Amino acid sequence: MGMAVTAACHLRSADAGPPLLELGGVTKAFQTVVANRDVSLAIRPGEIHAVLGENGAGKSTLMKMIYGVFPPDAGEMRWNGETVVLTSPAQARKLGIGMVFQHFSLFESLTVAENISLTVPGGVARLTTRIREIGQRFSLPVNPVALVHSLSVGERQRVEIIRCLLQEPRLIIMDEPTSVLPPSGIPALFDTIRELAAQGCAVLFISHKLEEIRSLCHGATVMRAGEVVATVDPRRASASELAHLMIGREIPHPKRSAPTPGRDPVLELRGLSQPSDDPFGTGLHDVDLRLYPGEIVGIAGISGNGQKELAALLSGEAVLDRGRRDLVRILGSGCGDMDASRRRDLGLAFVPEDRNGRGSVPEMTLAENALLTGHAQGMVRRGLIERSRMRAFAETCIREMGVRCTGADAEARSLSGGNLQKFIMGREIRLKPKVLVAAQPTWGVDVGAAALIRQQLIDLRDAGVGILVISEELDELFEVSDRIHVLFRGRLSPALGRAEATVSTIGDYMTGGFLSPDATEARATA
Amino acid sequence: MGTMLVFLLSGTLLAATPLLLAAMGELIVERSGILNLSIEGMMALGAVVGFATIMATGSHWLALGAGGLAGVALSVLFAGVVLLALGNQVATGIAVGILGLGLSGLIGKPYEGMTVAPMKRMPIPVLSEIPIIGPGLFNHSLLVYLAPLLAVGLWWMLRSTRVGLVIRAVGESPESAHAIGYSVLMTRFLAIMTGGFMAGLAGAFIATVSATLWSDGMIAGRGWIVVALVVFATWRVDRLVIGAYLFGLATIAELLVQGAGIRVPSQLLTSIPYIATIVAISILSMDGRKMRLNAPASLGRTYNSTA
Repeated sequence: MGMAVTAACHLRSADAGPPLLELGGVTKAFQTVVANRDVSLAIRPGEIHAVLGENGAGKSTLMKMIYGVFPPDAGEMRWNGETVVLTSPAQARKLGIGMVFQHFSLFESLTVAENISLTVPGGVARLTTRIREIGQRFSLPVNPVALVHSLSVGERQRVEIIRCLLQEPRLIIMDEPTSVLPPSGIPALFDTIRELAAQGCAVLFISHKLEEIRSLCHGATVMRAGEVVATVDPRRASASELAHLMIGREIPHPKRSAPTPGRDPVLELRGLSQPSDDPFGTGLHDVDLRLYPGEIVGIAGISGNGQKELAALLSGEAVLDRGRRDLVRILGSGCGDMDASRRRDLGLAFVPEDRNGRGSVPEMTLAENALLTGHAQGMVRRGLIERSRMRAFAETCIREMGVRCTGADAEARSLSGGNLQKFIMGREIRLKPKVLVAAQPTWGVDVGAAALIRQQLIDLRDAGVGILVISEELDELFEVSDRIHVLFRGRLSPALGRAEATVSTIGDYMTGGFLSPDATEARATA
Repeated sequence: MGTMLVFLLSGTLLAATPLLLAAMGELIVERSGILNLSIEGMMALGAVVGFATIMATGSHWLALGAGGLAGVALSVLFAGVVLLALGNQVATGIAVGILGLGLSGLIGKPYEGMTVAPMKRMPIPVLSEIPIIGPGLFNHSLLVYLAPLLAVGLWWMLRSTRVGLVIRAVGESPESAHAIGYSVLMTRFLAIMTGGFMAGLAGAFIATVSATLWSDGMIAGRGWIVVALVVFATWRVDRLVIGAYLFGLATIAELLVQGAGIRVPSQLLTSIPYIATIVAISILSMDGRKMRLNAPASLGRTYNSTA
């Protein structure tokens, strides 16, 4: 791949025109962690340029500096050949730099037009017409007077893009724009991006998805651990070359054997319908689910379609009234009215999506966090904490999962999200559960650790545990699941076996393709 | 009967006006995501400074202005601690409130029990001639008419102006507001100062316009009622207006009942407005979903823009 790298560089520099944006030797550190070291990057007008790297490789930090959120500690940024020092996003916007955030910076209680008017000059009324115009020109349909909380994720992304376009930017930064879209929504986004580039706008496309980059981008800067490791032409490099550059070694894949599920379900939902507590949430409608021992069932779907509500009803954070307790069953006994701790007594372990605050108490040490769910593992005697056992348990989790931390006395909040997740997974696995529910088990975890976690899930399955994995990452679900359901607007699709579950069928389900015709008014337009 | 109705109407307006003024200020502060629990102290300080000013100058308008500024001074202290030193909002609010109460007692010592002349009334031509309603509603000092007009202005500002939009945005998600380039700190600082001015103004109104006397502890928990009113109104201006006048009515009704010679322990009567407020808040807060729909999402949370 070394050849492709240099060849690509020559090709690009042979293209006409000076760079629109050029970074030289940019470095940024947060306290002791160096997030970006000596990063250089150049992008020309009309170019779609990828910044490729794993979670934690420093992509977001770099983009925030380009967008003026914070200044670099060292290094230079040139815009049209002139050195600029950006101190605020407003200044970046004035230059012509726009950003579409991964986590939308939209305000849920405001309308689309009001949101946009916060960054774009012009009254709400005038913007309403301009939003419609831009929407038509770039095929980005969205209702300007709708309140943002009523929009789907795809629609919200369109709002972000429109907001960006209304400022007539010359460079648009898109931070993982496909991560929030169903597979069917991605081609439309790519068409929009290509249309932008054709009109002379440069696009910085941040991603860790190799195939997307290969099909869309003209150039790619690959980052690893805060440094640029290569600048390549992604159209000429293979996916495995890119992957190797990105993580520095081969991507490990977990080994799996055919499942041998047991006969009686360990976890069951029977026609469960429940409105959400959150005014902006999604209630569940008639959800039927059966999980057998010795199998992994995946729940796919874009987040915001009821995942949070489903997880809460399974974990016991949300309880049903006594009369409906049988709608949720663990090992055959109705437990819908039980709280989280009583469900754990039945043999349930739960890894929540939110690591800080749900999965762990940020201000407590790892050892104390181990105690929170592992107290039944001999860590408490006559109501008193057995400190040595507690520490030993935490230290085993740290060692076996390769958690990078200063030890069992490290506060949970001092760990990165991925590292903390490894610890939490380790803790729950070691509780020897009969049922494990894991929400986004590897979100934000580096590739190597993710593979380790997935392997542990499969091993746990082989030991006869029933595992439910709620995840947005299709690749992950394909790797570990024996059956896959899709959650869409609070409704659960029928299960697909490994053979039937392809990107296209799952993608169809993710926009409501499994619903009967009379329910199609609920189908997404995206 | 006629005089009683007049008394009821005019008394309601008079009692409700300071509540409405201070509550509008607190609503702005809370909409920006800050919980200011020092309203009671700010009102007390505004009251005593207003009273001292009128003793010195004889001008009601100077007194009201000085009271407002006293509130601003205290609010700057509050803002400095919660915004710059990232202090806990609840603890800071209570501490600053106690400071305000203490200061008011200290400054007010020489004025204890003194009275001042009431503010000049501005009867509205024609309307004030109507029997009962005229003297009840249209024969007051300017601020009494101004308060509901201000409420309309506040409603409009929050709904359709850029300033209102920014305040709401900052209150919902300071992180996002910062990311798109708004100064969370400046927005909240100004909101808190506005809230302080309104609370001080309300205090000065009580001391120099409605009660026309100074006595230590005369705010008597009204600052807390203001905080409760904002929640009771689910952060909406229209409901805030209704709440303030309802509370005013309850205050006056209590006096009427006492005056009518109905034999009920006076302590019980005095507590009626407070009980009414608690009941109303409890009923309105029962729908947790609705509360959260309107509540500023970042309310009370410490936000560190440099982290």
